[in-house]
Amino acid sequence: MSLVRTLSLVWAALLGLLLLTLGASFALTGPASLAASLAIAVAKAALIYWFFMHLREEGGLVRLAALGVAAWLVIFTLLTSADYAMRP
Amino acid sequence: MTMDNALERRPNPDDLNDRGLSETQDERVSYLRAGHTLRSWLLTTDHKRIAILYLISVTLFFFIGGAAAALVRADLLTPQADLLTNEGYNRAFTLHGVIMVWFFLIPSIPNTFGNFLIPLMIGARDLAFPRLNLLSWYIYMLGGLFTVFVLIAGGVDTGWTFYTPLSSMFSNGHVVMVAVAVFVVGFSSILTGLNFIVTVHKLRAPGMSWGRLRLFVWAHYATSLILVLATPVLSVTLALVAAERLFGLGIFDPKLGGDPLLFQHLFWFYSHPAVYIMVLPALGVVSELVAASARKPVFGYRFIAGSSIAIAIIGFLVWGHHMFVAGQSMYASAVFSFLSLAVAVPSGIKVYNWTATLYKGHIELDPPFFFAASFIGLFVVGGLTGLVLAMLAVDVHLHDTYFVVAHFHYIMVGGTVSAYFGALHFWWPKMSGRIYPRIWGRLAAIFIFLGFNLTFFPQFILGYLGMPRRYHVYDPSFQVLHVLSSAGASILGVAYLMPFTYLFWSMRYGAPAGPNPWDVRGLEWTVPSPPPKHNFEEIPVVTGPPYDYPLEREGDQGEAGDAAEGNAAEGNAGSRA
Ligand code: HEM
Ligand SMILES: [Cu+2]
Repeated sequence: MSLVRTLSLVWAALLGLLLLTLGASFALTGPASLAASLAIAVAKAALIYWFFMHLREEGGLVRLAALGVAAWLVIFTLLTSADYAMRP
Repeated sequence: MTMDNALERRPNPDDLNDRGLSETQDERVSYLRAGHTLRSWLLTTDHKRIAILYLISVTLFFFIGGAAAALVRADLLTPQADLLTNEGYNRAFTLHGVIMVWFFLIPSIPNTFGNFLIPLMIGARDLAFPRLNLLSWYIYMLGGLFTVFVLIAGGVDTGWTFYTPLSSMFSNGHVVMVAVAVFVVGFSSILTGLNFIVTVHKLRAPGMSWGRLRLFVWAHYATSLILVLATPVLSVTLALVAAERLFGLGIFDPKLGGDPLLFQHLFWFYSHPAVYIMVLPALGVVSELVAASARKPVFGYRFIAGSSIAIAIIGFLVWGHHMFVAGQSMYASAVFSFLSLAVAVPSGIKVYNWTATLYKGHIELDPPFFFAASFIGLFVVGGLTGLVLAMLAVDVHLHDTYFVVAHFHYIMVGGTVSAYFGALHFWWPKMSGRIYPRIWGRLAAIFIFLGFNLTFFPQFILGYLGMPRRYHVYDPSFQVLHVLSSAGASILGVAYLMPFTYLFWSMRYGAPAGPNPWDVRGLEWTVPSPPPKHNFEEIPVVTGPPYDYPLEREGDQGEAGDAAEGNAAEGNAGSRA
């Protein structure tokens, strides 16, 4: 697959996900809406990292570093929610 | 020791009255003499010169921050508000905190000694990105300039923690300006961290495997990970405070749908790891000083190296211990309390391994050893009181009292500042090429230790008795302890000034150091002092482990030759004092 083709496809996928976000914001409410938009955002970010930010061309160490950063964001959200979700 | 060698290196070795006024051969080709113009310093990309630039500027900020502390301590001599107004007192402790944390403690050891030593220790000619390194110094100075501007313009009163809603809604000071200063200096931290990470990955000399890295380098690698990961969070947080202050965005203000506690989550998600940015490099320094004092292979090398990485990781899991009484959910508090106990384990591992390294070592009572020993003692007190504070129920009593103030000063001042001075005394001969009088180094270390304890130990008692932090009007029953503390602070202040006299003196009158004045192992001690511009004539090939001191068995201790030589060198330095 040529580079232009790949990048265009990724772009189209991102636009598709954008539409999905838009649809979800009308169709869903409350926590479900939040969960859906976060999940879609994760998918978008993953596409961007993998293709636009060249992670797919990188070696193991750089990929590991990227995963590390993701894990680190999870730590922040997880432990912060341990506060917000459990407040009386 | 190599003192005799060093004397021979003088231009005229027979002239014993020549106390090194003239340049040695090594000095003529050293990095210090590679260009004499101001320009050659301000536009240098040599990691050693940048380290010197940082050494000067970081020390300058240490004294500005110290002046603010002196004001605070002077005001606290009496229970009334006589020296400073309420507003003035708030501004004094805020500037003290801001300057000490971001302009001294965080850059102190990494940007001076890390910069100078990491390439030398891994057998490289410079850092991976020399120009980025210089840029990081300029960014640091820009942030410093902003801070000095705020200082002149009247200051801020939020404390170094910028808690909302005070900082976002009520404070009248120059909050945004200080936020900009800290935001700017953050980029300097990030660039340094990035530079160190890439350098350690890419520029190690042939044979310098990860298992052969010095513990100082391991500690800086771990620190760099935190620098790169945590600092952007602080930048974002401060930007959000500024956005709320300037544009009324509802992020922390509940009336606009925000949450004030969110600020504390974000701030401490940065700042707890940041306290490890401040102390990990110091732990690395002490590992080196301990190994050098004992002149023995380090006990538990892998554990000390691994515990640095463990601290970097677990340090990210404990921030909630700053929010036990701030309205955080009880469940989260319990989790954070448990995790905070876990973070003490790697610190404990280090202390045990240092002790085991010193056991039966050939310890000479050199100044670096004094500083290392002070560090270990004070760090243990600071760490253990951290555990006390991490107990949920106890913290309700101790939160926001002087107990907390004493806790973190034991680690940040007793620990990191002692290590900074220890590093200065250990590597000074390498950086300057000259030896200073050891007796003065010992005296300075002893006075720092005594002054420190007199300043901060009474604060544990004050806090336990209920003296809140950040108050300058207090119950007269607390006065005795406050006076003790202020008296200690004046001893400490003088003791911190002492090294500057004899270190400056040594630059002109000290004996040439020779490559290895302490008779220790390590690549940086194989090159001349001061090192030549490009460090290594030839990139070294590493064939053995670090700290490859001769192993001894029970019974064959105390080689007479070693000790006698050491004493001779000592007498030499002593007579000069
Ligand atoms: C052994 C691990 C440690 C534990 C368990 C620990 C625990 C704590 C706890 C629970 C507090 C909050 C007290 C309160 O406000 O009620 C605290 C405050 C603090 N600790 Fe530690 N600590 C540890 C190590 C360190 C280190 C290594 C440093 C610095 C290098 C440090 C610096 C600080 C600072 C700056 C504060 C006060 C921040 C403020 O409110 O202004 N701690 N520590
Ligand atoms: Cu903490």
